[in-house]
Amino acid sequence: MLERDDLIVNDKYSTDARHSEEEGKVIRKKLYMVTVILTVITIVEIFMGVYFKRNATFTWEAIKLTFILLTLVKAAYIVLIFMHLGEERKNLKYVILLPYALFILYLIFIGIYEGLSVQELNNTFR
Amino acid sequence: MSGHVEAISKEQLWGGGRSPFGISYGKMMMWYFLVSDALTFGGLLTAYGVIRHGSSDAWPVGEQVFESLPGLHGSYPLIYVALMTFILIISSVTMVLAVEAGHRMDQRGVIKWMGYTVLGGLFFLSSQAWEWSHFIHGSGGGFQISAPISVNATDDHGAPITMNLKGGTWVHMTSDLGHAYEHALDHGDKIDVHNGKLIITSAHDEHGHDHSHADAHATGDAHAGHEAHAEVAPQVFDLDLVLNKYTLEHVNGKDLRKIHVTGAEAQKLMDNMSANSIVFGANMQKNEYAIQQQYANFFFFITGFHGFHVLQGVIINLIVFLMAYRGVFERRGHYEMVEKVGLFWHFVDLVWVFVFTFYYLV
Repeated sequence: MLERDDLIVNDKYSTDARHSEEEGKVIRKKLYMVTVILTVITIVEIFMGVYFKRNATFTWEAIKLTFILLTLVKAAYIVLIFMHLGEERKNLKYVILLPYALFILYLIFIGIYEGLSVQELNNTFR
Repeated sequence: MSGHVEAISKEQLWGGGRSPFGISYGKMMMWYFLVSDALTFGGLLTAYGVIRHGSSDAWPVGEQVFESLPGLHGSYPLIYVALMTFILIISSVTMVLAVEAGHRMDQRGVIKWMGYTVLGGLFFLSSQAWEWSHFIHGSGGGFQISAPISVNATDDHGAPITMNLKGGTWVHMTSDLGHAYEHALDHGDKIDVHNGKLIITSAHDEHGHDHSHADAHATGDAHAGHEAHAEVAPQVFDLDLVLNKYTLEHVNGKDLRKIHVTGAEAQKLMDNMSANSIVFGANMQKNEYAIQQQYANFFFFITGFHGFHVLQGVIINLIVFLMAYRGVFERRGHYEMVEKVGLFWHFVDLVWVFVFTFYYLV
């Protein structure tokens, strides 16, 4: 047996985590539920992608935003349930999510800002 | 789960000798690795966003570029990539079921679910190989016109329209025409455009021998008499060109995608072909889908880098599957290794969710 480096008792995801048959049933039910949700969201996304036409209107902007929101919902289910970050300690959650959110929001801001500027240059000098 | 109701003081928790995060070293490091890897993918997707946002030419539409199914003709927009996405989500589910089985010390369960996960990963990898192959070979190819021109065509509803095209406008050939053209170029055949038809005169006889080298290997050739029937009837194709194949243009509120141009009007476009602008499929220098070469470059880099992760995941999952099969974890007393590779596998799925949205949908 490997030496334990994690001494917290009652922690389901520590190296000696165990759960019973009954607890397993509850967990599996939740997992199947998440599977259904992820599948339905994917089908909705495909339907929207095929059905709605792209054009420079407010509607298309709203659809794009919907795509991004649905993607974030999917990502949240994967990270919080499948990777069970939702059940980890609060300090671990923040150590993982906050620095990432900080970096990526900055990247997105810079991306949009620079992208617009490049587009303006292209339109002016081409 | 409600596993965190421990009566531990802060001093105890952070006082050393235990993991303040409540997870083992291995899992902690896996999380750190995933955060750094997520930043890499975030950087790639943001770079893609900058280029796309900054592009003043129309960007190709995902459901028009990716609309083929293996072995079938016709238009099935996004169906294949949807199937790939679904497979990856399902393999993520089987992975989390393997983790759950591990927590019950259920060896058979772990073996079963890990096996399914490996199969799902292999299915996804093969799908991606097919998609890359299809993307690289393209469907018909395209070229740019050199001078401004005005052509007559009919729109989707059969109404006649006149399109005033700028120089540099992208024109696509329909699949059969384009493949014949590409084949002719590759074999050095003679290509003529007459009366709205494409005429290809083969430089080879029907045995595939090149006339220019006929003398060189005439001796010892089983078909030495092939000069007698060297005259092969030229192949004739109706010109069928497509405008706005991978992009959309809206004129007077009309959706002008896939405008077919045929006959003499198509010949005007063929005669106006800009030298060396013809492209079949995609490579790192140019592609038939977009004027922006970055479109193909980002496709190759982002889906390729993701596919590389899937390949690693499949290999690691296979190793863990074999270890579970041989009872290594049973002897070790816990299945934490399944959990660690599970984190990596879910991450691969997570990345695909974003690639799917930003490359194929938006």
